[in-house]
Amino acid sequence: MPRLQTNCFILFYLWIPLALLILSTFSLGACTVGAQENPYIVAYDHNLEEPGSLEIEYFSTIGTQRSGPSYHAYWTEFEYGATAWWTTELYLAGQTTFGDSTVFTGYRWENRFRPLKNEHFINPVLYLEFEDINGADKIMKEVEGHDVESDYLTPNAAARREKKREMEFKLILSKNYKGWNFTQNTIASKNLTNEPWEFGYALGASRPLAMKGAAHRCNFCRQHFIAGVEMYGGLGTRYSFGLHDTSHYLAPGLAWNLPSGWTFRIEPSFGLNGQSHQFMLRWGASYEISGFGRMVGNLFKGRK
Amino acid sequence: MRLTTSVAISLLIIVNSALVLWAQEGSKTKEPTTVYDELKKVPEKYRAKENPLPGDLQATPAGGVLFEEHCEECHGKGAVGGKKAPSLRVPEVQQATPGALYYILTNGVVRKGMPVWSKLPEPQRWQLVSYLKSLGVAGPASDSAKTP
Repeated sequence: MPRLQTNCFILFYLWIPLALLILSTFSLGACTVGAQENPYIVAYDHNLEEPGSLEIEYFSTIGTQRSGPSYHAYWTEFEYGATAWWTTELYLAGQTTFGDSTVFTGYRWENRFRPLKNEHFINPVLYLEFEDINGADKIMKEVEGHDVESDYLTPNAAARREKKREMEFKLILSKNYKGWNFTQNTIASKNLTNEPWEFGYALGASRPLAMKGAAHRCNFCRQHFIAGVEMYGGLGTRYSFGLHDTSHYLAPGLAWNLPSGWTFRIEPSFGLNGQSHQFMLRWGASYEISGFGRMVGNLFKGRK
Repeated sequence: MRLTTSVAISLLIIVNSALVLWAQEGSKTKEPTTVYDELKKVPEKYRAKENPLPGDLQATPAGGVLFEEHCEECHGKGAVGGKKAPSLRVPEVQQATPGALYYILTNGVVRKGMPVWSKLPEPQRWQLVSYLKSLGVAGPASDSAKTP
């Protein structure tokens, strides 16, 4: 019975984006614009969401474990461009561990701020996140501290009892240069209970397969494909800073940005040391609704 | 404990919604004159930049496709202005140098709602400039120039 309840919970939360999408597209007369998303799943660059646009994203990670069952972790993001310098985002996450159970693992609320007006040699973005998750969370949206493969072996029933309320800070330094994007994220997070600061990093580089746009509308033109690679891992804690007992990953990826507003990403990830998962397959689909803020505003304005 | 968490979450949602409204209102009310004034602020170094695609016959149609995909939602069909952003077919824009338009595309006007488009590779930004310059002037500036 409890398993049935958790499954219903998962279905309820993770199908919200689809329902919203259908509502927005067919009921509110949504406009969509071609996105230009990089293939990163962990690293962030300095490109924020366009103001008033809502991006609904679904991501999935299938992870293997050497001493335990594989798992499927998934999350949904609602990313909204509040202004051209501020993007705010809500995540809902869950996971299924094969041979165990399916659980809802919590939510995150993140904000990204662009402090500088213009493009510079390096473009900083400040990232601030509050997360209320449980110990069964396996989405690996970031790797920090001493996160290692063996942490994921605890059965869901026991793991979900552990509550994690954390604040996470990132300094995102990114640059677009001759079609390339280079980005570096420094991560610091603090569990709001009495636990030490944890640190991590993510690096990324990506480039479209063609630099010029085609003179006709097309879905399969090379300019719509962006290839890249990211590397991410933990850097220990305040009291044991360094690479000892940490996990690290290298992940080549590809993003396909369709003019209709859809973006698809795929990213096989390879563990780089004995503490990392050997292999994870990550993929995602997202849809951008332009002018969402204005449409919602119009709902409450009344007719002129 | 459950009650405290619920109150905290509710407060977070209220504060977030208020901040979104404040930020959006703030960006609307702090307009000094028109958004076209941003073109006057472009540094001379960028203003003098030449479009590297002058002889490229594909540049204008390709720019048109890019405009449809990324700009039309705000600037309207044919760049005549939309609910969110001003017309780009006014003399201020059409008489601006290609370098000035490229600069605005690259840097955006972040505080006034125009996003940064440096995520488009340089050749695509120049294709957009070629398309914009090919449009010519169409009627007077719309009111939306005051609210991007």
